[in-house]
Amino acid sequence: MTGLTRRTAADLAAVVASGEASAVEVTRAHLDRIAAVDAGVHAFLHVDADGALAAAAAVDASRAAGVPLGPLAGVPLALKDVLTMRGIPTTCGSRILQGWRPPYDATVTSRLKAAGVVILGKTNMDEFAMGSSTEHSAYGPTHNPWDLDRIPGGSGGGSAAAIAAFEAPLAIGTDTGGSIRQPAAVTGTVGVKPTYGGVSRYGLVALASSLDQAGPCARTVLDAALLHAVIAGHDPLDSTSIDAPVPAVVEAALTADVRGMRVGVVRELTGEGYQAGVQQRFDEAVALLAGLGADVVEVSCPHFPYALAAYYLILPSEASSNLAKFDGMRFGLRAGDDGSHSVEEVMGLTRAEGFGDEVIRRIMLGTYALSAGYYDAYYGSAQKVRTLITRDFAAAFEQVDVLVSPTAPTTAFKLGEKLDDPLAMYLNDIATIPANLAGTPGMSLPVGLAPQDGLPVGLQIMAPVMADDRLYRVGAALEAALLSRWGAPILEGAPVL
Amino acid sequence: MPSITPAEVAHLARLARLDLPPDHLARLAGELDVILASVAKVGEVATADIPPTSHPLPLTNVFRADVVHACLTPDEALAAAPSVEAGRFRVPRILDEEA
Amino acid sequence: MSTDLPVVTDIPVGDAASTRAVEALMPYDEVVRTFDPVLGLEVHVELGTATKMFCGCPTEFGAEPNTQVCPTCLGLPGSLPVVNAVAVESAIRIGLALNCDIAEWCRFARKNYFYPDMPKNYQVSQYDEPIATNGYLDIEVPTPDGPRSFRIEIERAHMEEDTGKTSHLGSDTGRILGADYSLVDYNRAGIPLIEVVTKPIAGIGELAPDVAKAYVGELRALMQALGVSDAHMHQGSLRCDVNLSLRSSPDAPLGTRSETKNVNSLRSVERATRFEMQRHAARLAAGLSIVQETRHWSEALGSSSSGRSKEQAEDYRYFPEPDLVPVAPSREWVAELAETLPELPSAHRRRLQADWGLTDLELSAAVNAGALGPIEATVADGADAAAARKWWLGELSRLANERGVDVGDLPIFPRDVARVIALVDSGALTDKLARQVVEGVLAGAGSPDEVVAARGFKVVSDDGPLLAAIDAAIAANPDVTAKILDGKVAAAGAIIGAVMKATGGQADAAKVRELLLNRLGLTP
Repeated sequence: MTGLTRRTAADLAAVVASGEASAVEVTRAHLDRIAAVDAGVHAFLHVDADGALAAAAAVDASRAAGVPLGPLAGVPLALKDVLTMRGIPTTCGSRILQGWRPPYDATVTSRLKAAGVVILGKTNMDEFAMGSSTEHSAYGPTHNPWDLDRIPGGSGGGSAAAIAAFEAPLAIGTDTGGSIRQPAAVTGTVGVKPTYGGVSRYGLVALASSLDQAGPCARTVLDAALLHAVIAGHDPLDSTSIDAPVPAVVEAALTADVRGMRVGVVRELTGEGYQAGVQQRFDEAVALLAGLGADVVEVSCPHFPYALAAYYLILPSEASSNLAKFDGMRFGLRAGDDGSHSVEEVMGLTRAEGFGDEVIRRIMLGTYALSAGYYDAYYGSAQKVRTLITRDFAAAFEQVDVLVSPTAPTTAFKLGEKLDDPLAMYLNDIATIPANLAGTPGMSLPVGLAPQDGLPVGLQIMAPVMADDRLYRVGAALEAALLSRWGAPILEGAPVL
Repeated sequence: MPSITPAEVAHLARLARLDLPPDHLARLAGELDVILASVAKVGEVATADIPPTSHPLPLTNVFRADVVHACLTPDEALAAAPSVEAGRFRVPRILDEEA
Repeated sequence: MSTDLPVVTDIPVGDAASTRAVEALMPYDEVVRTFDPVLGLEVHVELGTATKMFCGCPTEFGAEPNTQVCPTCLGLPGSLPVVNAVAVESAIRIGLALNCDIAEWCRFARKNYFYPDMPKNYQVSQYDEPIATNGYLDIEVPTPDGPRSFRIEIERAHMEEDTGKTSHLGSDTGRILGADYSLVDYNRAGIPLIEVVTKPIAGIGELAPDVAKAYVGELRALMQALGVSDAHMHQGSLRCDVNLSLRSSPDAPLGTRSETKNVNSLRSVERATRFEMQRHAARLAAGLSIVQETRHWSEALGSSSSGRSKEQAEDYRYFPEPDLVPVAPSREWVAELAETLPELPSAHRRRLQADWGLTDLELSAAVNAGALGPIEATVADGADAAAARKWWLGELSRLANERGVDVGDLPIFPRDVARVIALVDSGALTDKLARQVVEGVLAGAGSPDEVVAARGFKVVSDDGPLLAAIDAAIAANPDVTAKILDGKVAAAGAIIGAVMKATGGQADAAKVRELLLNRLGLTP
């Protein structure tokens, strides 16, 4: 039943609910697809075929027993390897966690399970979510289904590639500086970073606690909304979780109407530094929005040019502390424990051996930024820039309902192209980072292929805190207009794997 | 900002418990210099009158009732440990009496 | 601990002289003639909450290792902290009882350093925004000239989490420095702590050790009165670090300080302060400098020893804990907590002094002996205040002294002492037998009644109520008693009659007669 892997999540849920196919059949079709193509894509680090089939069988049993099914029951999903799943290896793309099987489920994981979503396995990522290409995984890179020689974005390249390669209709990503949105942009998929605090971080292995946010990855805006609704909502296990009703994202995706909405193009996130083809498709999409009845204006966010610098101080600072627990004492890799070394030495050897270069680089940077004598100039100043970015957003949202920009400055680049130039790599996140600093939600959706290289281009929509529904309303309207222009979903134009 | 010295890099590596070979430390010194020069840009706009933001949302007073929850079993707690003895985590000898 | 392991302290098992440099000490009276001491005390109090600071794991003392842990307090990847509401409330109440300002807004911070007893390799604490600041605690210090009052200024009280417990194994000497490896139990990791830090305490001269002891004792009493902690020093639920420096005169700048840890009894607080004063003085007099270092107090050796001296100051890289949101206690909440504070120890002492009719000196003696709480509990269990005071300040203090422990830490309950007093009052025990019963209880032979039964004192006790009635009748009839003692034994009938009446006619008249004559020393 290969046709099943081309269906949307909403379709598959209906297929299962109606009995057209069983959840086990849907799951098996996706496991077969993974077996067929993942050697080339390498989206998955671990496939839990037995667990997935058992979960699917449970959904089928519930249906047979007449138990009402949730809106995504029986739909397969790929889980980024940064979220814990009880008894299933969780590596965060790092050697230091090789073989670790957590004794507990992340809140996102338990909500997926409770909803009858079938978790196929864990997806590849840059080590501890540090990167924009998934090349920093200790287990080898993921390849972009549009061109296997190119990067699928990062850090959640595995989740985005799994969807783009039809290995799963849905995936969970995490976004600290763009790790859901930028991979979505370069793989022609939809990715949403919800409002900070909208989705529980409990069980999300922290990169930067004040920036991390889990969110949905899908091939359509509606599928993303359905998944968003399943995983979002207050969690008493996460102190930073928002205790308020989840924005009506599914209803917004179904509304798909931008008439009278005010859309602001962020002046600082266009023009110089953006690939011509990216800029062109972005401009066309903005014109399309205007044609749909949106009121499009240009808006200035004068401090956005400082966001990248602030981010690369705040993130390494928090990460240097968050990653201290990886010391080989309670779990994971331990190196050099031959009886001749002290605990201090064994910790040092373990961490040097277990962490890759990018992780080490950022731990060192963060340790420096927090050090006595440098704190005010670096970390302290970065926190002030964070205030300025938040004020920029607040001022902009006085004028408009949503902001838009290209998601990433370029289309997918070649594997290895930026690996030795950290600063060039960091620039991939230039448009996505402001939303993380301010805690505001953002979505990337595909708006076409760049004429020069034929690779997908993403448009980013940003909304105020807890107005995630606006992303879906605008995104769904744009998606529908583009679909009628193209005649088929963008991924139908991707090479057949 | 002054450029970062090899001694500083070695000190940072010690603070961060990273036992790195000298060539890696030397390489890091150069990389950190470049990155720090770039991120120092925050100082251009971070004036004294601007309050810092540590949390993206203005939440306060998130508390938990003082009620006992289920613990891990000792097997679960110790399952991932590289070394275990007598129900405890076994760790290499400690040189310092306290940190 | 129910699993037996050779848990090692810092006491050298081998030749002490070979492993520990013998410190030169200056005689104490010379120290106080030559130098002015400045004290700083940091006390960590483990709160008696049902669960840990940031997770719902229980806090029972002495559980099997690693049975009170979860992903959060084990620091497993992905876990997150959530603040215990009762811990915050306790912190505010402690702050109020210490006359502190309660912050309107404060945050937790991460203190970053690597150590295997700390699961995350950072401690969640408070740094520049403690919940309580700028208070004081009034204490009374006994002196030969009577009690003297001091006001100890409190710098801050803040919330943080405790670490796990480490045992050091595999060495011949059993010392940490020679151990081959260590074992870690994280049951204690994450238990809520309040750290109370004093401002520098100056102007106390030769009384420094007594001030230190009185302050820690008063703080302990305060915690117990608030009901926020059992504050058992021997179980580590109240731990003291003594910071001490000397200067040549009260006008001179502060000298270099040492920080002595592991000071785990009131007696040790006093001894450690005295020892450090003598050690600093000897070094300064010899022209040596004081090393700013952490030292460890050994109760057994009565001395402190140097931890590894730090080549450079630790850089803890504090920053606001991003996994927790700020704590902003409303003024209404703080006011409500202030209004519902219980009677605090100083007011309580004044009330007891009035109730029991004690002089300042008598009260001071009870406080100084650490016996006030036990006496009060004994009275609460039905004993007369004078008798309770006599036991705790007399026999029990003597026994505590013999054992080198605080009287309150003797393995006898106030209710046991109350029972012994009742047995003596009823005539069932003589004072001499009562002392034997108390020794039996302290030796672990059970409750007073069990000791009495086991040692065969039971027979006597059958006559107890009768003897009490006879004593009452004797006291009520002094004239008759005088006649009997003059040899007019027949006059005994009047007393026997009174006893028969008092006992409702249940007594055996012949038995009463026999006991009466025996009581008066006239063997029939």
